[in-house]
Amino acid sequence: MTTPDHRDQLIFELSTPGRKGYSLPAHDVPPAPLEGTVPDGLLRSGLAGFPEMTEVGLVRHYTRLSTWNYGVDTGMYPLGSCTMKYNPKVNEAAARMRGFAEVHPLAPDEAAQGALAVMHALAGMLGEITGLPAVSLQPAAGAHGELTGIMMIRKRLITRDGHPRRLVLIPDSAHGTNPASAHFCGYEVREIKSCARGNLSVSALAEAMTPEVAGLMLTNPNTLGMFEDEICDAARIVHEQGGLVYCDGANMNALIGKARPGDFGVDIMHLNLHKTFSTPHGGGGPGSGPVVATREFEPFLPTPVVVATRDGLRLDYDRPLSIGRVKAFHGNFGMIVRAYAYIRSLGPKGIRESAENAVLNANYVRARLRDEYEVPYDRLNMHEVIFSDHKQNEYGVTTLDIAKRLIDLGFHPPTIYFPLIVHGALMVEPTESEGLDELDRFVEAMLQIAEEARTNPDLLKKAPVTTRRSRFDEATAARKPILKWTRPVG
Amino acid sequence: MLEAIGVPSIDALFEPVPAAVRLQRELDLPPALSEPDLMAHLGALAGQNADPSTHAVFLGAGAYRHFAPSFIDQLLLRSEFYTAYTPYQPEIAQGTLQAIFEFQTLVSELMGTDLANASMYDGSTAMAEAAMMACRLTKRNRVVVARSVHPHYREVLDTYATNLGLAVVEVGYLPDGTLDVCALADAAKGAAGVVFQYPNFFGVIDDPRKAVDVARAAGALSVAVVAEPVAMGLLAPPGSLGVDIVAAELQAFGVPVGYGGPYCGVIAASEKCMRQMPGRFVGMATDTEGRTGFVLTLATREQHIRREKATSNICTNSGLMALAATMFMAAYGKDGLPELARLNFDKAHYAEAAIRKAGAKAGITLRFAAPFFNEFVIGGLGDAAAVQKRLLGSGIIAGLPLERYYPELRDSLLVCVTELNRAEEIDRLAEALAG
Repeated sequence: MTTPDHRDQLIFELSTPGRKGYSLPAHDVPPAPLEGTVPDGLLRSGLAGFPEMTEVGLVRHYTRLSTWNYGVDTGMYPLGSCTMKYNPKVNEAAARMRGFAEVHPLAPDEAAQGALAVMHALAGMLGEITGLPAVSLQPAAGAHGELTGIMMIRKRLITRDGHPRRLVLIPDSAHGTNPASAHFCGYEVREIKSCARGNLSVSALAEAMTPEVAGLMLTNPNTLGMFEDEICDAARIVHEQGGLVYCDGANMNALIGKARPGDFGVDIMHLNLHKTFSTPHGGGGPGSGPVVATREFEPFLPTPVVVATRDGLRLDYDRPLSIGRVKAFHGNFGMIVRAYAYIRSLGPKGIRESAENAVLNANYVRARLRDEYEVPYDRLNMHEVIFSDHKQNEYGVTTLDIAKRLIDLGFHPPTIYFPLIVHGALMVEPTESEGLDELDRFVEAMLQIAEEARTNPDLLKKAPVTTRRSRFDEATAARKPILKWTRPVG
Repeated sequence: MLEAIGVPSIDALFEPVPAAVRLQRELDLPPALSEPDLMAHLGALAGQNADPSTHAVFLGAGAYRHFAPSFIDQLLLRSEFYTAYTPYQPEIAQGTLQAIFEFQTLVSELMGTDLANASMYDGSTAMAEAAMMACRLTKRNRVVVARSVHPHYREVLDTYATNLGLAVVEVGYLPDGTLDVCALADAAKGAAGVVFQYPNFFGVIDDPRKAVDVARAAGALSVAVVAEPVAMGLLAPPGSLGVDIVAAELQAFGVPVGYGGPYCGVIAASEKCMRQMPGRFVGMATDTEGRTGFVLTLATREQHIRREKATSNICTNSGLMALAATMFMAAYGKDGLPELARLNFDKAHYAEAAIRKAGAKAGITLRFAAPFFNEFVIGGLGDAAAVQKRLLGSGIIAGLPLERYYPELRDSLLVCVTELNRAEEIDRLAEALAG
C-alpha cells in the first residue's frame, strides 16, 4: 500500500541518501577502540530502516502532519469525560524553565529544593481541594492512579485484617479502566446496576455489600454527569461492612471549590492533572494521576514521599508499610509544574468559578438541545450532559453519523457510545473554557444536524466530507493489522 | 444562560449536591498570581535546582541528557499536536496517528522486533507490563529478573507482582558486572520470563544471547530492558539476537530529564505476542474513497472494550513524548544515531581512563571489568555519598551513590558521560574525585 501524493508520504518514503538533519558537539576526546571492547557479535551492522532527512524536510513533514489534527486550540472540543479545557500557555513556559526541565531526577535533594518545593506545595493544595490530605504524585495517568489507589486499599486491608478481601463493586456506568485496574490488583469485579435516575442504586449496593467486598469504586459526578446524591448513604453502607470507598476523580472539575470528596465519605481517589488541572493531553498523553487519601492511608503511599524537615525538603524512602514504587523516579514532574502553575494562576476564587462555569455551560447545552435530542436523564446535570440518538434513529441516523457531521461543521465530536448504559450516547462536556458565543455556535450546529437528520440523512451518513480522509474501514484494519511500514519490494 | 436553564442562580445549579456536603467556605489556597508574578515565583523555584548550566552533571541511571535538535521542541509546541486528545476520531487526527505509525516503525527497526506499541508511561511500567504479558503468554506465574536491572524498575515490578500474586526471583551479577548465567538458568526453570537490561544498570554490555538461551531452555520468554536507547546506535538490536520482548525507555530521544517525567515507555516484541500486548496500536487502514490512512486498532485487547478482561488497564500513555522520540530518531537517522552512540562511547571511555589515572593513588578503581557503553561504576571511594556531597560543593554532580540500591556497593558511584559532557568537565571530575 503506497500512497501516490508526496504530501501523503511517510518519513521513510521522503528519505534521500546522504541527507542530514543533525549536528553533534565537538569530538573533543580520542576515539576508544571498539574491537576487544564490545563483545563479539554485538556490534550493530546498521540502521537501514532509519530515514535520512534535512532539517527543513523534517520540519515540513511534521508541520504538515500537525495540520491534519484538531486540538483544543483549533476549536471547541466537547469530549465528555475527557475535560478538554484550554491549556494556558504560561504553563508550557513554566515547565520549560531550565531549572525544571533539566534537573536530573536523581540529583541529591539539596540540589533539587525548588523541584521538591513545587511537589510539596502541589500535594498540599490537592489535599485541601479534595479534603484528602495523604498525597502521592507518582502515578503517571488516571488509570495508573486507580491502580495505585486500589493497591493502597489492598495493603490497608491486609494490614488491618490480615487479608485483602475478594471483590470490588463498580457501577455499570464506570470507565473501562475501573474494572481493569481492580482486576490488575487481583480483585474480582462485581457490577452494580444504576437506578432509573442514572445514579448508583443504593439498594443494589446494600445487597451486594458483604464482608468479602474490599470496596466500592465509583465516579462522582458519575459518567452520566450526575452527582451521586446518595453518596453519604453509599459510603456508610460500605464502611459499615469494613469496606473502603474509591472515587475515580476524572470529574473532579465539576466540584472543585464546591464540595470535597473527603467530606462526603470518599476514602481515596485519583485526580487527572490532564483533566481538572489543565495540563495538555498531548494526543494521548502524558497524563498525571496523583492519588489523594485520608490520613489513615499515609503509611501505604508509594515511595518516595516529599517531606519537610528542619534541613529543608527531602524524599523519604523509609516507609516500611508502603505499597512500594509504581513508577521510576517521582512522577510526571513536568505535568506537576503545569498543574501547580494553573492553581496558582486561579487562586481559590478562580478555581471555584472554573467549576461553576463548567456546570453552567453543560446545563445550558442541555437546555438548548433537549427538544431536539433525547436526554435520558433530563434534570440538572453537573459538568457534562448525555444525549442519545433515539429521536434520530427514526430517520436511520445514528450517534456516529451525528458525530461525524459535527466534524464537517467545525467541531470535535463529543464522546460517543459511552457510558455503555445509554443507547447511542453522546456525551457533551463543554468545559468552562467556552464563552456563550462559542456554545451557541455548537448548539446551532447540533440543531442543524437534527434538522438534516430529518431532511437529508444521507448527508450525515457520508460525513465527514471536509477532512482529508473520510470514514475508515476499521474492521479490516483490525482483522489484518499493518502496524509498521515496510519498503515495497522492487 | 440561567434563564434558559430555568434556575435563579449559579448556586441553584449545585442543588444536586446535598447541602450537608457543600463547601461553605473558600478553599484554603494561596491567592491568585498574575502571569508575570507567577513566572517570577516559578523562576525563583527553578533557580534553586542544579541543572547543567550551574553544575557539571554526570548522572544517568535511567535518565539521560542528550542533545535534541531545536526544531523538536518547537514542533512539540504545535498546539494541534499537544492540545489534541487520543486519536479516537481518525478523520481529524491523522497527524497524531501517522506520527505514531512512524514511531512504531522506527522502534521496531531500532529494537529489531516485528512490532512495537504506541507507547507506555515509562520504562519501569513497560517492564512490569512486559513481565505480566510473559505470564499470560506462558500461563506461568513466576518471573526471573537480574539484579543488574534498574532498581526502580525492579521495585515497580515487585509492586505490580505482589498485587497479582506473581512471584519475582532476583538473580545476582558476576564480579565483572555481567549476568550470572548459571544462577539465571537455575532460577529460570518453570518461569514465565527472564528479564535483563541491555546495557545493564551499571552500564555493562551484557550479551542478550545468554539470557535468550537460558529462557529458551526453560520454555520462558526473554525480556530485554533498554533504558538508554542511544546504545542501540552501536549495539546489535535485541530482537535480532532472539529476544522475545523489549521493554524500553525512550526518554533519551528528545525528552528532557525533567526531574523524572513525563518520559516515554514502549514495548516492542515478536509477532506471537501481538494479541497479548498492552496499550494502543496504530494500524494502516483504507477510507471509503480507497485512500490510505491510519486508525487506532486491535482495540479489543483494551480496557474500554474488554474492561476487566483487558490486557492492561492503561489508557492515556505518552503520545507527545512518542512524537518527540519519533522526530529525534528521524533527525539523527540512519547515520546520526550510530555517530551519536559512538561519541557517547568515546567520551565515557575517556572519562573512565581519566578517573582511573587521576584516582589511582586515592585507590579509585573501575568496579566492573566488563565492557560498558556510556556509564560505568567506580569503586574505592569509601563513602560514595560523602564524595558526591563534597563534589557538589565544587559544582559537580559526580554520579549516583549506589548504596541505597546495592548495599555491597557503598564505596561506588555510577558515572554517566554523554556527548554533552565536555572534555574539560570530565577532566575536572577526574581531578575532583582524586582530590
